[in-house]
Amino acid sequence: MSAVFVASHNIISPLGSTTAENFSRLAEGISGVRRHDDKKISDQPFFASLFDDAWGLLKESLPVQYTKFEQLLIASMSDALLDSRIDMRDRRTGLIISSTKGNVSLLESGTDDPDLMERIALHHSASIVARHFNFINKPIVVSNACISGVLAILTGMRLIRSGQYENVVIAGADIVSKFVLSGFQSFQAISPGLCKPFDEQRDGINLGEGAATIILSSQKKYGSGVRIAGGAVSNDANHISGPSRTGQELFQVMTRSLREAGLTAGDIDFISAHGTATVYNDEMEAKAIGLSDLRSVPVNSLKGYYGHTLGAAGLIESIITIQSMKEDLILPTMGFERPGVSEPINICSSLLQAPLMNCLKTASGFGGCNAAMIMSK
Amino acid sequence: MNSITSHSVVCNNFVCKDGKILFENKDPGLTGFLLSVYQHFGWQYPKFFKMDHLSKLGWLAAEIVLKDVFRTEDYLPWDTAVVLSNANSSLDTDRKYFASVKDIPSPSLFVYTLPNIMIGEICIRNNFKGENAFFLSDSFDPGFIVRYVSCLMDTDACQACICGWVELLGEKYMAQLFLVEKREGEMSVAFTSENIDRMISARTCQNKMPEK
Repeated sequence: MSAVFVASHNIISPLGSTTAENFSRLAEGISGVRRHDDKKISDQPFFASLFDDAWGLLKESLPVQYTKFEQLLIASMSDALLDSRIDMRDRRTGLIISSTKGNVSLLESGTDDPDLMERIALHHSASIVARHFNFINKPIVVSNACISGVLAILTGMRLIRSGQYENVVIAGADIVSKFVLSGFQSFQAISPGLCKPFDEQRDGINLGEGAATIILSSQKKYGSGVRIAGGAVSNDANHISGPSRTGQELFQVMTRSLREAGLTAGDIDFISAHGTATVYNDEMEAKAIGLSDLRSVPVNSLKGYYGHTLGAAGLIESIITIQSMKEDLILPTMGFERPGVSEPINICSSLLQAPLMNCLKTASGFGGCNAAMIMSK
Repeated sequence: MNSITSHSVVCNNFVCKDGKILFENKDPGLTGFLLSVYQHFGWQYPKFFKMDHLSKLGWLAAEIVLKDVFRTEDYLPWDTAVVLSNANSSLDTDRKYFASVKDIPSPSLFVYTLPNIMIGEICIRNNFKGENAFFLSDSFDPGFIVRYVSCLMDTDACQACICGWVELLGEKYMAQLFLVEKREGEMSVAFTSENIDRMISARTCQNKMPEK
């Protein structure tokens, strides 16, 4: 099986428009989550990480017919492609787009005509993005709830390993709209303040906006020192909106990922958890970490900085992990104070310098899906 | 060698398996048609009634593709993957959910505003705990589905897979599912995009397909 190298990456969030900017804000302990009072999104005030209205993140002016979602994808990809030397017009270069809800906020216009329905379709946005960069290959679109970002990276890894592509550009984004916020509110899943992953007082999620891009290559010369070493996906087969009570199915993909990477639990130096700060998700993840014999390994969640960026979350959190590996620096879990899960896992609560050779990323989502992925130096 | 051991089609008021029509109902309404399929086959599964239209369609097509051919005892829960695709994601329910937001947002509709919930429903029914993926494309892309599912099968990430296309928006719907296994069965053909193209354009079904 050919190795899969990380060639380049970008994060665009309310905290910054490059990976380096984002990482340094996180290391300074700055969060993008704050209180918003925006009647277009919610009748009540809410906590979320949102772009300002006048967001000056775009380095180039883009056609006005591109939606905010598409502009974010393009801006993130432009930055990641800058120093990658990847040729988009090459048959051996693929494009994967990850999102949960894309342009769904267009429904808020209230009309129901077929043209609008076509405009909302994620494959339509993906085609716009592909055309903008002159990709030859038809884009692949992954939409698999909160594991979309990790699954998109694993899809890229698999398509490179099987020899179908030499390089794959993987970009994801989601924006916060009335549609998405009202839904999580209806589930009583939104925290009334800043979210507190793994904490005993945790009381729900914050939502966030963001876009991220990661470029993978089979060519070592394009690599930047980190490889995607393995990964797997599972389903709880238990409940469509609640996680497994045992963590067995997340544990199973962690085990399969380790096996695929040729590693054992003792080789893992850090875990970037999903850590949404809901009671059930964090408890389930802690159980899976316990079952995997990874209780002593430092774990963090980045939801306190970014909120839950849905289809971008797996990408953003994996890229921050890659940056952590470069700097051998683990970021603390913003919002966490006292452990509130039944397994005694090692939640990182302050900046920690440590050699990071192999790291594990996990994600879980509605529909009972779980994903795990290993990144190695 | 990966083989297609079963193929189901649910569209245009009929149900078809391996090229043979199993059920037909001229009743034009989608809600009534989906219910009549469920009742015709005599399944007992109360969770069916709370599903949205897309999940009902995918669930029914999965029941039919597995029927009489899938040997549960041959597989562990981790062995079976579900890889589905469509064009309009969960837009049918997105519209219904967003209509509810003006009044009281409905959590029972919101949960169905993700296309992979249908995969969850199929997994819960069959205790499938293997690989999952949901992809979107403007039309069914057998070439991509064969490439991706072959990656999973050939690396032992799964031993069997239900894959295909389940699209639904308003009253228009189309499900085409394929059961892929590493054994050869009575009706099996090699798992290639050419065979899928041939199966989806077979005359039995073609006569009844809605116009593009």
